[in-house]
Amino acid sequence: MSGYPHRHLLGIESLEPSEIVAVLDTAEGLREILDRPLKKVPALRGKTVVNLFYEPSTRTRASFEVAEKVLSADSLSIAAAASSVQKGETLLDTAKNLEAMNPDMIVLRHSAAGAAHFLARHCRASIVNAGDGAHEHPTQALLDALTLRQRKGRLKGLRVAIVGDLLHSRVARSNVWLLSKMGAEVVLCAPPTLVPPGIDALAPVTHRIDEAVEGADAVMMLRIQRERMTGAFYPSDREYHVRFGLTEARVKRAKKDVLILHPGPMNRGVEIASEVADGPYSVILDQVTNGVAVRMAVLLLLLGGGGGGES
Amino acid sequence: MGVPPGFRVRRELMDAERLSRALARIAHQIVERRRDAEGLVLVGVRTRGVPLARRLARLVAEAGAPPPPVGALDITLYRDDLTTVAPQPVLRGTEIPGSIDGRTVVLVDDVLYTGRTVRAALDEIIDFGRPARIKLAVLVDRGHRELPICPDYVGQMITTTRDESVQVLLQEDDGADRVLLLEKAPEGRPRRPAKKKRGRRA
Repeated sequence: MSGYPHRHLLGIESLEPSEIVAVLDTAEGLREILDRPLKKVPALRGKTVVNLFYEPSTRTRASFEVAEKVLSADSLSIAAAASSVQKGETLLDTAKNLEAMNPDMIVLRHSAAGAAHFLARHCRASIVNAGDGAHEHPTQALLDALTLRQRKGRLKGLRVAIVGDLLHSRVARSNVWLLSKMGAEVVLCAPPTLVPPGIDALAPVTHRIDEAVEGADAVMMLRIQRERMTGAFYPSDREYHVRFGLTEARVKRAKKDVLILHPGPMNRGVEIASEVADGPYSVILDQVTNGVAVRMAVLLLLLGGGGGGES
Repeated sequence: MGVPPGFRVRRELMDAERLSRALARIAHQIVERRRDAEGLVLVGVRTRGVPLARRLARLVAEAGAPPPPVGALDITLYRDDLTTVAPQPVLRGTEIPGSIDGRTVVLVDDVLYTGRTVRAALDEIIDFGRPARIKLAVLVDRGHRELPICPDYVGQMITTTRDESVQVLLQEDDGADRVLLLEKAPEGRPRRPAKKKRGRRA
């Protein structure tokens, strides 16, 4: 039996391929629950999960909340914007105070890289990283992998282009680690101003989208993260779209059965053309459904256990 | 599937012929109870209950009743020890064929022991609808119930001790039909003492 021996999920970088497979297989087994007439199983009854979000989020937070409810965990969500964080409380103080209420898990989204690792060192609860700065977003990479594996039947040997704002993207980093661990071939593409130093050690980088998309089995588009941009990284949205946007003409360079992924939220007409986002090869909404399944798997593997046993 | 670690075979409880006769008997009993045979759904508890349910469905149809749909139940997420047992759960998924509202669900499992699996199965089935009634069919009832649960259809009742285990092997999963009674192998298996040739000299 493959195992998932960790108490936390902090990033993809530290996971073994077998552990990634364990999460994907568990998610696959759990997905069916979302189609049941009564979408709830008692697996995590009596477990408490705190969703602590220091950054705005729709998909990820909703997805964790749905996953927690389906598995019968009790959960509460705290948005930093409407909490004592506004009164100057530090992350550690907030976490320690929440922990005094004995949660079994804290799901953390924070703008600082390493925030989840920091909490894991100081808290008794299991910590799940729901995005830390431009570092990692492990559940996003896992749900992308699940989507690819469902459609392609494998990850090994797939050619995957990751295109867009690499500099600010935790999604890109987690995906590069996951896909290369699983034997996929990754190509990165961004304007020179949006390439973080050192990322070329993980996968080849090109500045030409046509080159990246050529013969790809899947293209993952990244969002232009305007809220994190303080300088001028590119002249205009229009120019970005012309040089780096995924258009129908560019999709034609990829394999016939190419899959288009986007972690959302999309900037239509900037990194992705609307016809592509809504096109037949787009699996963007599958990603959302798979997101719930992957988060259920993570909750179950970290808080659950079991299996085997007697009749 | 081999004998689980820590156990060894004590004796064979059923061979292929006895097993198929036991199933045929259960199928006939189901058909005889007209109320059960109409609107029947067979739901096997994973893993060994599922092939058993498929075979029963065939036998029920052969006995003249309408062929019942067959479902599969993975009770892992309903276990009462899910969060206390260490290893990672392996999920194989639940498949319920259509609505079970107002129908007779016969749960099928290989071995009935503590009754905890059946409790979990009942809870899960009820989350899928409101059957007219739920019945329980098992190939082997080995006793030692920890919950007030009683089977409606039994292939064979046997007396066991808690140290023993019953292993059901099926053609579909294991390549042969057999039911074995296992006992705990002595721990740290003592080395067989060299036979002393006393008295008789070669």
